[in-house]
Amino acid sequence: MLKQITVTVNGAQHTAEVEPRLLLVHLIREVLNLTGTHIGCDTSSCGACTILLDGKSVKSCTILAVQANGKSVTTIEGMIQNGELHPLQEGFKENHALQCGFCTPGMIMRATELLANNPNPTEEEIRWGISGNLCRCTGYNNIVKAIEYAGAKMRGEEPASTEPQFV
Amino acid sequence: MIAQSFNYEAPDTLAKAIALLQKYGDEAKILSGGHSLIPMMKLRFATPECLIDINDIPGLSHIKEEGGVLKIGALTREAEVEHSDLLKKHFPIFGDVTKLIADPQVRNRGTLGGNLAHGDAANDHPAVMLALNATVIATGPDGERAIPIDEFFFGFYMTALQPDEILTEIQIPIPEGNTGNAYHKLERKVGDYATAGVAVQLTLDQSGNCTAAGIGLTNVNPTPLRAARSEQALLGKPITEASIAEAAQYASEDCSPSSDLRGSEEYKRAMVAVLVKRMIHKALERAGVK
Ligand SMILES: Cc1cc2nc3c(=O)[nH]c(=O)nc-3n(C[C@H](O)[C@H](O)[C@H](O)COP(=O)(O)OP(=O)(O)OC[C@H]3O[C@@H](n4cnc5c(N)ncnc54)[C@H](O)[C@@H]3O)c2cc1C
Ligand code: FES
Ligand code: FES
Repeated sequence: MLKQITVTVNGAQHTAEVEPRLLLVHLIREVLNLTGTHIGCDTSSCGACTILLDGKSVKSCTILAVQANGKSVTTIEGMIQNGELHPLQEGFKENHALQCGFCTPGMIMRATELLANNPNPTEEEIRWGISGNLCRCTGYNNIVKAIEYAGAKMRGEEPASTEPQFV
Repeated sequence: MIAQSFNYEAPDTLAKAIALLQKYGDEAKILSGGHSLIPMMKLRFATPECLIDINDIPGLSHIKEEGGVLKIGALTREAEVEHSDLLKKHFPIFGDVTKLIADPQVRNRGTLGGNLAHGDAANDHPAVMLALNATVIATGPDGERAIPIDEFFFGFYMTALQPDEILTEIQIPIPEGNTGNAYHKLERKVGDYATAGVAVQLTLDQSGNCTAAGIGLTNVNPTPLRAARSEQALLGKPITEASIAEAAQYASEDCSPSSDLRGSEEYKRAMVAVLVKRMIHKALERAGVK
């Protein structure tokens, strides 16, 4: 039995007829063709599929598309504003916080909520905050630095020097 | 992984949800946070005919104090429990437990009601609720029913909830006097289910006698377990190193862990003893005794 749903994705309203078993991540990737949201584990463990649902970071592989009915979704594609990278995107770029980039969209979406709740997190708070996101190649040091960079920029401060760290 | 097909209903009142449960009987499942149910459906361990999503029903999400009782709505998310100032006052144990449950994204979805209704001895809230002597409120066609936590967990994924009942609230007596509580679990990595977990709440009177003791164990038994002999070992007298050691010993004897990837039976029993000791000390510290 198909259900009609209306979801606002990155500011634009979309209406679709979906099977209740369709996962939100499949709606995003396959119906809306927004392939920046990745599927890593498909078992709620890796965080690659993290998006914002009404501003809260969630794993879209463990939510049904019908559960997003009437709600607003933000994906990595919605982060760039007026052609300018979001401070988190800039922070990841400047700090060499990605290699293959597979985990990056999920990391950035998670970090978006983290900084919204806590604009000036400590290193430990950042590490706890991204504990639901796995990176299999860069390692976490530069990711933490990227989030610190973005936090500083969003607070209107000068971000610390962006010398990448290879540990 | 795609779940088997099912009907999806999102009623906006409790009455409508209960009517749907009556219509579908065993073939329906309540959907709260979905973070235990949806993974099971994707693996096809669960194949309900109908999912009844209760997230649109108002009045199921709250943390409040009323007449000496703490009331937590079933749909309250782990993240809300984690950051609640009201809970920090009497129940720092909720800060202990939520931060050890999965990760921030899962905690944005998972609910307290779902964590208990799932009936999984690996979940962390059941042991906490045992230690705190919680009461589960279930709402069905005939209204509300109060189920003491000791009568709630029946077996593997089995609880006292009837097919036409919805867990709507958890009630916890706010302890008087010098009370402290604490939870910890041993985990292999962040977000893992417990190798062993222990929840403790202790109340002491003016002269230092222990007047109430609650001890619950996570994932070392087919069902969440109350360490009743350990509680008895502490009650009615001042708590000493000797009685703490006795309580730890009893808990490690009375649980029934199975050997698996998280460790051997022997190891888990040993860890239960260690955690019981540590959580008693931490609860005493929070009670202002140390
Ligand atoms: C990666 C990952 C790691 C996790 N780690 C932990 C952990 O370390 N510790 C831990 O405790 N949990 C852990 N969980 C489980 C998580 O906390 C779940 O969210 C929780 O167990 C179930 O809550 P829910 O609201 O998601 O319930 P759902 O998945 O929606 O439901 C679970 C079951 O309970 C029933 N149900 C739900 N709500 C009600 C209700 N109000 N009335 C009647 N029946 C109801 C459903 O029908 C279903 O059978 C983890 C989950 C994931 C995905
Ligand atoms: S794909 Fe969703 S958590 Fe890994
Ligand atoms: S950059 Fe490759 S997984 Fe993180």
